Amino acid sequence: MKKAGMWCKAVLAGVAAVAVAVPFAAQAQQYKGEILHPMMVTRTGPFATASTGVTAGQQDYYTLVNMAGGIDGYKIVWEECEFEYKVPRALECYERYKGKWKMVYPNSTPAIFALAERVTKDEVLAINLAGGRSDSSDGETFPYLAPVIANFWAQATSTIAYIGQLEGGMDKLKGKKIAYIHLDNDYGRQPFPMFDELAKKYGFEWKSWALSWPALEQSAAWVDIARRYRADYVVGWLYGQSCAVPYTEIAKVGYPMNKYIGSLWCGTEDDVGPAGPLAKDTVTANFHGVGKDFPVIKEIEAKVYKAGKGNADPARVGSVAYNRGVITGIIIVEAMRNGLKAKGAPLDGKKVRDGYRMIKLDDARLKQLGATGLMPNLVFSEKYHGGMDSQLFQKWDGTKFTTISKWIPPDQAMVQAKIDDSAKAFREQTKAAPAK
Amino acid sequence: MGELIFGIELLITGMLIGLMYSMVALGFVLIYKASSVFNFAQGAMTLFAALTVVGLIPHVGLLWALLIAAVVMCVVAVGAERIVFRPLMGSSQLTIFMGTVGFASILEGASQIMWGTKPRGLQLGIPSEPLKLGEVFVSKPDLISAAIAGLLVIAIVLFFKRTRIGLGLRAIADDPAAAAVVGIPLRRVWAVAWSLAGLIAIASGVLWGSRIGVHFGMSLIALKALPVLIIGGIDSVAGVIVAGLIIGAAEALGEGYIGTYIGGGVQDVMAYVVALLFLMFRPSGLFGQTAIQRL
Amino acid sequence: MLAMAVAAPFLLSEYWIKAILIPTIIFGLSALGLNIVSGYAGLISMGQAAFMALGAFSAVIAYGRFGVPVPLAILLGGTVAALVGVVVGTPSLRIKGLYLMVATLASQFIIIWALQRVPWTGSGSFATLNTPPVRIAGFDFSTPTAKYYLVLVVVAVMTLFGWNLVRSRIGRAWMALREHDIAASIMGVSMLRYKLLAFLVSSFYAGVAGSLVVFGWTGAASVQEYELDVSIKILGMIIIGGLGSVLGSFLGAAFILLLPILIAVAMQRVAALTGGGTVSVDVLANAEHVVFGALILFFLIREPQGLAKLWFGLAGWVDRRTGTFNATKGGRK
Repeated sequence: MKKAGMWCKAVLAGVAAVAVAVPFAAQAQQYKGEILHPMMVTRTGPFATASTGVTAGQQDYYTLVNMAGGIDGYKIVWEECEFEYKVPRALECYERYKGKWKMVYPNSTPAIFALAERVTKDEVLAINLAGGRSDSSDGETFPYLAPVIANFWAQATSTIAYIGQLEGGMDKLKGKKIAYIHLDNDYGRQPFPMFDELAKKYGFEWKSWALSWPALEQSAAWVDIARRYRADYVVGWLYGQSCAVPYTEIAKVGYPMNKYIGSLWCGTEDDVGPAGPLAKDTVTANFHGVGKDFPVIKEIEAKVYKAGKGNADPARVGSVAYNRGVITGIIIVEAMRNGLKAKGAPLDGKKVRDGYRMIKLDDARLKQLGATGLMPNLVFSEKYHGGMDSQLFQKWDGTKFTTISKWIPPDQAMVQAKIDDSAKAFREQTKAAPAK
Repeated sequence: MGELIFGIELLITGMLIGLMYSMVALGFVLIYKASSVFNFAQGAMTLFAALTVVGLIPHVGLLWALLIAAVVMCVVAVGAERIVFRPLMGSSQLTIFMGTVGFASILEGASQIMWGTKPRGLQLGIPSEPLKLGEVFVSKPDLISAAIAGLLVIAIVLFFKRTRIGLGLRAIADDPAAAAVVGIPLRRVWAVAWSLAGLIAIASGVLWGSRIGVHFGMSLIALKALPVLIIGGIDSVAGVIVAGLIIGAAEALGEGYIGTYIGGGVQDVMAYVVALLFLMFRPSGLFGQTAIQRL
Repeated sequence: MLAMAVAAPFLLSEYWIKAILIPTIIFGLSALGLNIVSGYAGLISMGQAAFMALGAFSAVIAYGRFGVPVPLAILLGGTVAALVGVVVGTPSLRIKGLYLMVATLASQFIIIWALQRVPWTGSGSFATLNTPPVRIAGFDFSTPTAKYYLVLVVVAVMTLFGWNLVRSRIGRAWMALREHDIAASIMGVSMLRYKLLAFLVSSFYAGVAGSLVVFGWTGAASVQEYELDVSIKILGMIIIGGLGSVLGSFLGAAFILLLPILIAVAMQRVAALTGGGTVSVDVLANAEHVVFGALILFFLIREPQGLAKLWFGLAGWVDRRTGTFNATKGGRK
């Protein structure tokens, strides 16, 4: 009984600790002259790899902006909330910093879907570069969601266009066989309608090989693709650890490495790196330039890292995930700057969203920012939240990626039609209250 | 290529991979035989082992990395047994199962703290081109991995049959109380069983790592061992090999002949469907003892 | 306690309601269901998350696509899950323990796979279905408080029902089966009937919890939220909370869901106090898992019978201190 009493005290203490600690959770304050920018991050678990790079890239860019005096004198102060790429934790993070969000970027498609209702109600823009809802390019139907760059449908059509280019023209695709190996989830299935239409339009044949998450064992599918179907090209739509798996399988079935084209979500060094020299000559898509050869990246190295204020292992600067972070940082800062200019301080979610809709990153502006060649031109509006963008293609030489193509545009008309259809279906699904 | 050759290739590929599932499953069987614990942390141990090996290779080379990792895993395994599972002795099996879940969480966090989140490659220097037997392609890395896995399983069988500790393990599996009464050193036997499970974690970590890279997802590979355990029987070493072959073949053939008509994605489900069928007709597995029921 | 739950929206911030209370009682309900099959009837199930998914999808399709009223949609979610649960439960007539655990785990994979693959679920292009605004008899359940009460009413009714059920003849039959199923069946407890009934009730609870996730919490049904790790977490809730304890199901849910958040917040605070930057953010984030695992072990070792026992021990201690009640509640489950 004495022991029980002791334990009860311990529990009491624990309960008290909970009661004290949790309300303190959202204690972060926005001080004068600062912009408090909460960030959702994934530093643990299977998805930590890419997220840590993207997060560091953003933070380094904010640091660079702050070192140059901030946005019109306002310094960006960020605070992280770890959510492990899990939906319930993302919702908790969102509530913890509710009212303080400037722009929500979880870098997770499932989280975007779960947050959609809340951000719309609270008027905060949730973005997911090259991911999220493809139909959220339609800013009127989805006022607080945005795919920003290259939605999944644009990616799919652009990748087929690249294959057409390799063959020497879209007409040469006639009679070709394209195998599509993908994760069996919403991400992996989004290209289906695009492939169907393109196949009809250009007369090629395509077939799907679905893999269940986590897709760490793919051998049967590859034997089928290479030895029975005998595909002319294989397009891969994998994610995370499953990205590194195809290369041993491709070598094993004797399939040419350069005929395998990975999606941009398998286009980081961490995705292909584990296979190392084995994956030499493989190609993946990307939505931005690779390496350090851009003024803004060099500036970060020279200023931020020299001052010891870097947020990443210096070796990661210039890597794909890192550059993605810098691009994200540029877009978010641009939206904040526009919002401040148009609506004044203090910033809130809605003002930043309005600023996002004013983004005009044309050649001249990108040059000013030192991001020429790093990212495509982006011009947004109330109607258009981005997503209809071109892709670059990059080749793996065994240790690093090199860009080998020009910007390859998507099939604009086809993607636009799909966006319109899907947005309409969404409006009908959610707007109309049921009969009773 | 004829359908027949395609079928043969699928079958061989599937069975070779099946042996690698067997190896992962072996870790579960060992611990279960020794202490009737379903060790959920086996996957996390595999991850931890693989990361340790890969982390050490640049400093000391593959051989030393393996040896050091072996020592580390023995320490981790014995430590876990002592600090974590001995205090839980006598609790319900479900409680101990939850203990392994907690232990897995610790190991996963610790691996990422120690070795970071970056996925790493692990090249064992096995040539990757396929071996061509007539028209049939067979993968050399798969062949060698399967051979190592097979040897390991045989070694464990011999260990059980021929050594005192192995016999002790079998006695404990039959009846722990009786085993203690006749003077079998329970603690030493447990320590050995856990260490062996740690060594199996290294073997599976390295062989799987050379296929799929070494990263956090490795802890999920352990899930592939569960259907193997149902079919083979969780307390049977021999059953695990046969079950691995069955699961591997069923997965590959299912994907090649069923999956291909419905858009793929049946491979993982296939393993569980086969396992469920077995459960209906042979509830305790191919070689399992029917007495084992409770968890 | 119920009074406290009812008063909560007036005392606590929106953060507490939306991010802490609602998920805790929803998962507590699901854990209660699992406790019925595992804690009372002694049949281990690792498919609870999949049953939640079935409930979530059935409910959102019924409401969103066919205009079925919300209360009926919730019932339907539970019913669909319950029917599948009976099928999943059939192997339990022949197997127990670990094999049953893996058999139900197989069902977990197969159900989630099927939900993703059957085009009719509407998961063709997006594996996520959003619900239209939740409205019952013209009343809009859009505020956190309204959603909370919707969830609370359903959870309270079902908890009360469960509470009575496990104390009824049926509950005693389950416990008899748990202690020794063959002996129980010789004494006239039908194994077929009661084992399947346990699965039916358990998955019904899960299905209802799943539909509450959609209507009261996230507003969407998505298969990614019901993967295997969620099933293991729910199992963890009843083990930590206390097998065969109604209260324990909710305490366990709070432990498993809230502790990681608490650890993360606490560590962030401590790091901030020490000036920040001294410990890398990566280490800090991963340390959360180490601490969480260690705490699970700590509680299991100190109190293998679960938080519910601690709770009653605490109540007994308070009573003794205040001298109102000379209780021996400590041993009660």
